[in-house]
Parts: sequence; C-alpha cells; structure tokens
Amino acid sequence: MMQVPHGIAGIEAPLLRFIEALRSAGLRLSVAESIDAFDAVAVTGFADREALKDALALVLAKSEREKAIFGDCFDRFFAREMLDLGTAQTALPPAPEGVDAASSLGRLLAEGDGGALAAAMEQAANAVGISEISFFTQANVYGRRILAAMGLEALESEIEALRRNAAPAAVARADALERQRRRLAESVRDFVKRQMALYADGRTAVMREEFLSSVKLTALDRSDFQRMHAIVRRLAKRLASRHAQMRRRARRGQLDLRRTLRQNMATEGMLFRTSWKRRKIERPKVMAICDVSGSVASVARFLLLFLYSMHEVMAGLHAFAFSDRLIEVSDILERNEIEPAIALILREIGFGSSDYGRSLEDFAAGWLDRVDQRTSVIIMGDGRSNYGNPRSDLLESLAKRCKRLIWLNPEPESLWGSGDSEMLRYRPYCHYAGVCNNLRHLERAMTDLLER
Amino acid sequence: MNGLDEGTRGEIDAVIAGLAAAGYIASRQIATAVFLARHLQKPILVEGPAGVGKTELAKATAAFLGLPLIRMQCYEGLDEAKALYEWKYAKQLLYTQILKDKLGEELNGVRSLSAAMKRLQGAGDIFFSEQFLEPRPLLRALQQPEGAVLLVDEVDKSDQEFEAFLLEILSDYQVTVPEIGTIRAPVPPFVVLTSNNARDLGDALKRRCLHLHIGFPEPALEERIIAVKVPGVSETLRREIVALIQRLRAQDLRKLPSVSETIDWARVLLLLHAEHLDGEKVHETLNVLLKFESDVQAVDSKIPALTYEARRAVGAAE
Repeated sequence: MMQVPHGIAGIEAPLLRFIEALRSAGLRLSVAESIDAFDAVAVTGFADREALKDALALVLAKSEREKAIFGDCFDRFFAREMLDLGTAQTALPPAPEGVDAASSLGRLLAEGDGGALAAAMEQAANAVGISEISFFTQANVYGRRILAAMGLEALESEIEALRRNAAPAAVARADALERQRRRLAESVRDFVKRQMALYADGRTAVMREEFLSSVKLTALDRSDFQRMHAIVRRLAKRLASRHAQMRRRARRGQLDLRRTLRQNMATEGMLFRTSWKRRKIERPKVMAICDVSGSVASVARFLLLFLYSMHEVMAGLHAFAFSDRLIEVSDILERNEIEPAIALILREIGFGSSDYGRSLEDFAAGWLDRVDQRTSVIIMGDGRSNYGNPRSDLLESLAKRCKRLIWLNPEPESLWGSGDSEMLRYRPYCHYAGVCNNLRHLERAMTDLLER
Repeated sequence: MNGLDEGTRGEIDAVIAGLAAAGYIASRQIATAVFLARHLQKPILVEGPAGVGKTELAKATAAFLGLPLIRMQCYEGLDEAKALYEWKYAKQLLYTQILKDKLGEELNGVRSLSAAMKRLQGAGDIFFSEQFLEPRPLLRALQQPEGAVLLVDEVDKSDQEFEAFLLEILSDYQVTVPEIGTIRAPVPPFVVLTSNNARDLGDALKRRCLHLHIGFPEPALEERIIAVKVPGVSETLRREIVALIQRLRAQDLRKLPSVSETIDWARVLLLLHAEHLDGEKVHETLNVLLKFESDVQAVDSKIPALTYEARRAVGAAE
C-alpha cells in the first residue's frame, strides 16, 4: 500500500488520495498509471469537473467494470463536503466583553460558515492521516483525533470561560456553542464513516481474500461465494495466460531442414528463410466428473468454475455430474452463470445418495468411447458410495484409455477407506489422487493438469 | 489557472467540431480522449461492442488532423514480418545476380580471401540497406515525416506475442532493425487500437494506453448521428427509429443492433419512402437490424408492441 505523504502541496495530495481510494475499491493501479494521471491533470486542470472526470477515467479505469467503479468513486471522493450546522436560524449571542479566550474553532462555529468548517475538517482529517483507516473499530479514534486537530480543546476552554463569566449573555453563548459542538461531532463522525467506505473496504477485502484462499471450501460461508468466484476467475486467468506462454517457449528448437528447403525453393535453395522445429504441447482435453451430493458439491462448484474460467487453454471440456446417476452438464454450464447452473444441475439429478458404481456404469455406457489418449479425466468426489458395488474395474478401463486420471478428494487422507469410502480401492488406478479442499489445492491440481 | 482551463474546454470543443466536420459525431468523453492522446502522446485503446464506430473514430481523427491513416488489421498468426518490415528477398537476389560481374571486377586482383572480404566490407552493406527494406504498416507509420494516424484494428484477434511486440513500439515510437539500426519516428504517430474483447488484453498493453470505452450512444447523440449520416430522414422518423432501437437494445438478444445497423436501417427506410414506423415495415426490414435468425424470431412477435411504444414515446415528447 502506498503511503500518502501529508506534506505534498497543490493538486498532488488529493489526487494521490483519490488513487489510493480507487485501489481500495479494487482497481489495480500501477505507479505508471498514477504518473499518467498527474500528466493528464496537468493538461486538463482541476477546474472543469467533467473534463477532469473524463480524463482520469481514460487513464485510470481500464475496463467497463472499472469505469463503473471509477465513476462511483469519483463522485463520492470529489463530493463537496458541506457542513450544515443549522447556524443560520440560531444566531449566536455576541460574546460579552472581557472574555478573551475566543478560540478559532469557536469563531468558525459562531460564524456558521459551513464551507470553511468543512475545509477545516478535511484539513484536520488529512493531518491525522484518515486514509490509513482500516477497521470499523477505528472510527471513533479517528473522529476524536480530527476534532482535536480542529482545536476542540481551545473551544472547550472557551466554553468553560464563558460559563465562569456567569453573565446571562455569556451563558447563552456557552449553551449555543455547546450545541454547535455536538452537531460538529456528529458531522465528523459521518465524515469518518464516508471516508472509511472510500479507503477501508478494499483493505479489509485484501485480508479477507488471503484468508479465503486457505479456508476449507466445504466450510465456506454462503456469503463468501461471490468473492470466491472472483478469486477463482482471477487464478484461472493467471494460469491460462501462463500456460499460453509455456506453449510458446517450447517452440524453440532445431532447424527444420525439410521445411526450410521447401520454403526456399523460390530462391534456388539459398537459405533466406529458416524455419525451426517445433515441439507442440497439446492443449489438454478435459473431462470432469463431479460428485454433486452433499458436502462434495461445494468443492465441485469451484472445480467447475475453475475449469470453465480457463476453457480457452483447453482443446475440449466436458463436465459430468452425478449423485446416484450420471449426466452430462456441459450445456448447462456453458449457457448459465455458475450459481444458477449449479442449482439447475442439482434439480436435474436431485440430492440422491451417491452411487459411484452406477455412475461409473453410466459414464462407461455413454461416454467411454469418447475418451482418448489426449483426454485428462478429473474425478471430484469423496468416494463414499453407500456400500454399493464400487465397480473399480470400470475405473481401471477408464484409466487405461485416458492420458491421465486425476482424483481430487475433499476429505483428508486419513479418512480414505473408512466407513463406506471406496477411495483405497479406486486409488491404484489413478495417476494422481490427492486431497483438494481449498483454493490452493485446486490451483495446484490445475497447474499440474496444464503442464503435462 | 482559470484561463488555462477555459482553454481546455475550448480545445475539447474544437476536437468535437473537428471530428464533426469529418462526419463523426463524438461524445465529450471521446473528444477528451482524442485531446488527451494528442497532449500526452499516448495511444488510445478503444473497446466496445461491434459497430459503434471504433474504427470510424480513427478515420475521422486522421481527417481532422490532416494526417494519413495507416491501417493494420490484426488476425491470428500476424507476425513481425507482416506488421513491421520484411527484406525484399527476390530483389536482393536479382541484384546479386545482376551485379555479379561488377562484384567480380571489384574483387579483381585480390589474392587472399581476407583481402576480398575487406574490399567487400568497404563497399558497405548495400544489400541490407533501406532500399531493400519493405516497410509494413507499423514501420510506415513511424517513417511518415508529418506523423500519421496508425490504426491497429482488432488487436484482440492477434496473438499474445504480437501484443508484447507492440509494446516496444507504442511506448518509444521506435523500432530496431538489426541490420540497419534504430528507426525513430520524427513525429510520433497518433495511435488508435481497437478491440472487441475477443480475449482479454494484457495489463501491460492497457497500462500504456488511454482506455476509451464506447458503448451504445445516448438517444440524443444517436439522433444526431443519423442526421449527419442519413440526412434525408425526417426528424420524426429519426426519433422513432432511435426510440425503437433503444427498446430493441433492452431485449435479450445474441447481437444487439449497433450504430452501424441503425444507420443502415435508416437508409433502408429512406429508400422505402417511410414517413413513420409501422409494424409491417419493421417486420419486413428486421433482418437489417438483427443478424441472427434466433434474434429475429425472438423479437418478431413483440414488434407491433415495440413499434407502438416507440411511436407513442416520440409523440408524447412532441
């Protein structure tokens, strides 16, 4: 997180704080983009609000989604703070002679100049570093610090001096100032809350994300699904682009003499153009078979999301879901967002108790002939088949046909084979069988899938 | 400070007027992008749905700035040889053949191989000089003495390798040809990249560009676009067209009608001498607006209602 220096003059400090607020709202801004923002502002200036907004949007927001976030953030950030203390109606009684403790804050309150008060408040807020605020619990501390920086102490001693004076006018003025002080405290509290929405949301979000990528998927809170989906998509995108690069790197090799000679026939065999041997890493064809019963479903959803988020680096992707019977769900997943898709799939095959044997039979009958040497098969399930016939012979024939058979099990390895778990019977046929119950496991499994 | 800002606003207005003179009705956002790109000398990356005038913007900008437009269409498999430069192999070969005797003369009387080499080097690398260099769009854009508008169209269709290769040119406006040296643009070209979001572009590319998203235009803007592009259409019809198009865009369609479709449709209606929209006319000309059979079928039954709504909206406004 970039520290915002407090001493920067002119346009720079607010712009830096705005960039910080954008970062906290989820935009990934590099230093280069900050510099561009300064260049842009140097051209457009601060006075024309529309031009400023357009220009900054061009430099800082780099997708449609980011433009929306930017617009929202801009409006909130550059909202002119106006303090309404209701002073217009209740003019303060004039200060009596002989009280010389008039504080600067007291003067501002007495004049009832909302704009000047707001400016003083923002100045104080910047002085105490409001953009560092991260937690809800800090709101009161920051509120007090801002009030202190605005000169609350001097104001309080002024009020006290007025009360000691005991003249009716002085007491009336003290009461009025007291009221204003309370209103001001309220305004400051609201202001801090607004600032927190600008700066803190993102920061807590970052911490939450770190926590989420190691949390057990089976124990995930429903409310975190959305955020989780975003993380999964990002991971998938990263993997996909990295894998695209690996395919490229592998292309370097020796001279391909045959092709080179053929290409240079026009130049009488003089080698003007060379072509090199390429090693092709095939894009994997993937078949994912997911148990969607009970606890496994919540992990399976993320596996499916992962696979579909990086389908562009795969040659073909088919998904199957089963509990007691198995069906192909590729169509449902391609046409729907993951959330409704999962609901649809569950409706389609119901919440039956899982039957691995019969589901394997279904797969063998319908799709086994489509498995070839380029296909990687991923099975996601706990292997708990309710004491039915496990049909591990079918798994064996599947393993022989495909390139790789990967079994991802959300249960810890110590539970494999206990009770109705057939995992130990299935395990020998898998090229890889591993525990998978958080995002890190999932990412590792996907990397493995793409690299072989 | 204030005077300067007045200047900014004025300059953006000037851009709008300039683009309008080139037949392009720009929103403030678009004009700001062109203005900023000129001042910061940064490329503009334009994203948005097909047919909203991304490519057109580059053409209009070229006309506005009075610079030649150099267009490079991207596609899968585009590489440096096709985008930047290529050696004219055949010409090189031909010249070596023709100059064979001349070369023989040059080397006459030279005994040792190293002496021959020395003499050849004295003659310079004539076969790898600019006259054997075939400039492709990118190099051509850098070589224009007055500057140029370089349009890199549909950059999302190109490979990631090519995108990475673009970075060098876009940040420094120079390329290095190993045999000749570095070629630097005397005047940096005004670069416009367009993308349809067929794939996500890399962050590095986005970081170097001003990012302009052109969406479907506001009704008022779209009316002005029709007024400029299809001047024969009456004002009422124009407003009815826009009202209907805006309603169509709210439907759940595979491909929403874009500005280019609006213009085509306005032309068609003009040819049919339509004064107003009616259900039948819309039904007959729907295939101008919708490019998928499934879309046509999905909307067809709603056409009378939509047309009625559009006409009423225009009538109520009058």
